[in-house]
Amino acid sequence: MRRIGPLLLLPDPNPSGWWAVCVSLLALVGACTAAGGVFWAYGVSPLVAYRVIAEGTFLDSRALPEVVRRTIPLLLVGTGLVLAFRAQFWNIGAEGQLLSGAVAATGVALFSPLPSGLLVPAMLAAGFVLGALWAALPAFLRLRWGAHEVLTTLLLNYVAAYGVEWLVHGPWKGPSMMGFAYTDLFPEAAWLPVLAGTRVHWPTLTLGIGFAVFGSVLLYRTVLGFEIRMQGENPEAARYAGISPAKTVLAAALLSGGAAGLAGVGEAAGIHHRLLSPGQVSMGYGYAGIVVAWLARGNPLGAIPSALLLGVVFTSGDVMQVALRMPFRVTDVFNGLILLFLVGSTPLLQTRIRWAPVRSKPAPAPGGEGWTPSSRPS
Amino acid sequence: MDAVLATFLRALAFGTPLLWAALGEIVAERSGVVNLGVEGMMLLGAFFAFATAQLTGSPFLGLGAAGLAGTLAALVHALVCVRLRANQYVSGLALGMVGAGIAGLLGRGWEGTPLGKALPELSGITLSGLVLSGLVWGFLYHTRWGIALRSVGESPAAADAQGVSVPLVRSLAVGFGGFTAGIAGGFLSVAYRPSWTEGMTAGMGWIAIAITVFSGWDPLRAVAGSLLFGTLFHLSFRLQGVVAPELLKMAPYLGTILALTLTTARRGSRIQEVPEALGVPYVRGER
Repeated sequence: MRRIGPLLLLPDPNPSGWWAVCVSLLALVGACTAAGGVFWAYGVSPLVAYRVIAEGTFLDSRALPEVVRRTIPLLLVGTGLVLAFRAQFWNIGAEGQLLSGAVAATGVALFSPLPSGLLVPAMLAAGFVLGALWAALPAFLRLRWGAHEVLTTLLLNYVAAYGVEWLVHGPWKGPSMMGFAYTDLFPEAAWLPVLAGTRVHWPTLTLGIGFAVFGSVLLYRTVLGFEIRMQGENPEAARYAGISPAKTVLAAALLSGGAAGLAGVGEAAGIHHRLLSPGQVSMGYGYAGIVVAWLARGNPLGAIPSALLLGVVFTSGDVMQVALRMPFRVTDVFNGLILLFLVGSTPLLQTRIRWAPVRSKPAPAPGGEGWTPSSRPS
Repeated sequence: MDAVLATFLRALAFGTPLLWAALGEIVAERSGVVNLGVEGMMLLGAFFAFATAQLTGSPFLGLGAAGLAGTLAALVHALVCVRLRANQYVSGLALGMVGAGIAGLLGRGWEGTPLGKALPELSGITLSGLVLSGLVWGFLYHTRWGIALRSVGESPAAADAQGVSVPLVRSLAVGFGGFTAGIAGGFLSVAYRPSWTEGMTAGMGWIAIAITVFSGWDPLRAVAGSLLFGTLFHLSFRLQGVVAPELLKMAPYLGTILALTLTTARRGSRIQEVPEALGVPYVRGER
């Protein structure tokens, strides 16, 4: 317990939702301020930068669909990572899982003999499965031999990226692409439908929102969800309660990997309609998903507004690239700073601030001699 | 014979940044703090080394700038997870993103430019990396300060009771880790491949963290680990005529996963090599 002026600071390990929102907003303000410093170092006035961002995102009605289409992969990846982090499965390999999903979708779209009506469902299913398998490998390595997933999931991102690189330069390189490192365009039956005049591929958006709702129900209304939460919060207690870490870790890995795989299907079949170099397929959604999950504070439904916010960040990256000729890397600065300020604000989050001015000491009562401190009214 | 020697020298050159980065991470983790931002600190080091060397004409000043940039970045991590006791994984990941972002942003104008005056590939940096691993080993196991640092990583409460300042020791250790990661990045941009390209560290920071783990937090064994992965990286360039280059480039990452799995599997139950308090923030008065 500490005191700053009239404010009393009490430790509070379970802060209210409102306080969490307030602290998160404060962290966002801090991150934007710090990012302004980076823009200044780059030679762009922060005020100009933020005016350009505001004009290109909030004040432009045409920007909303772009924000939403950026939100789709972020929502899928972020929700999955919420579940993974709740189970203390440190999956930072969503980037690779997303790429696997895109590869699976491409394989089905270009090389399967399925009738056109079945193409899209098959692509989504294949994307989910391959993404889930890409995450299941590190989960297995951890459960069987204790290899820590932070490193294995991350290293698999590089493996997946070079794998995609190899496919588009080698065996899957499209004959009709005139030497570019792309696959051929998907047949139109394999394109995800979009809302008219936008790039919002709505089936994936629906899946994302549905997955957030599903995640929330799973986490708070089912036995498996209870086990995941318990495993995440107190592994010792979970072990004594007979909860199998294999079950919770695998569930978290499969769900987060599968969701990232779906995001990859969305990017390949909804935006590009082909497979291309890994940097263009993903733009770093897998890493930004970590920020989404952290901003959601462990709540799957919280991933919806968080993903939308990060969607604004990615759209800002586009806007700044066009208007200020800044590299798209600027989104990394934003994402990293947001995450840094969010995690740095944890002590503030776990503090309850109460207004409790120190009352001025009562004047000694006349004839009050002989009073002992213990008899003073409290 | 010449081919073997040549391969060894190339592996030594490629292993140098891995060794420098791993040594710093070993010291930081020995004090109980994981820093997953090595990749970001290396990129900052690489960029600031390149920019400074290009502007002043001195690669040595460049290396100094790299060390400074890495240290400052690491101190941010120390502030967040030692002083504010936040989650070390997330703070490190955030640092990695910020580092990559800032280096990519500020370095845009220099993208692809060759460095005017560079250091030779095998220079004092490689040699001093080897010397440094001996020094770190001697420091950790044979000095009072090293024992204090290790006890902070094993049992911070006991160290605290002995009058060792846990936050100070951890911050210094993390700062040292940033310094060496910065030098590792600087080596890449002023000596190994004297130029600046965005993302030029290509996951080496992560491999350095993996080396930390499978060397059992031992600076001398880290030398062997760095040489091993230096060889792997080198071979993945040499064999490009035989196998598709993209597939070869996977080799170091797959090799790292394999090595990690094998060491943790072999270590099995005797995991006492792991610093006991690794990843756990220290709050005085709590168990």
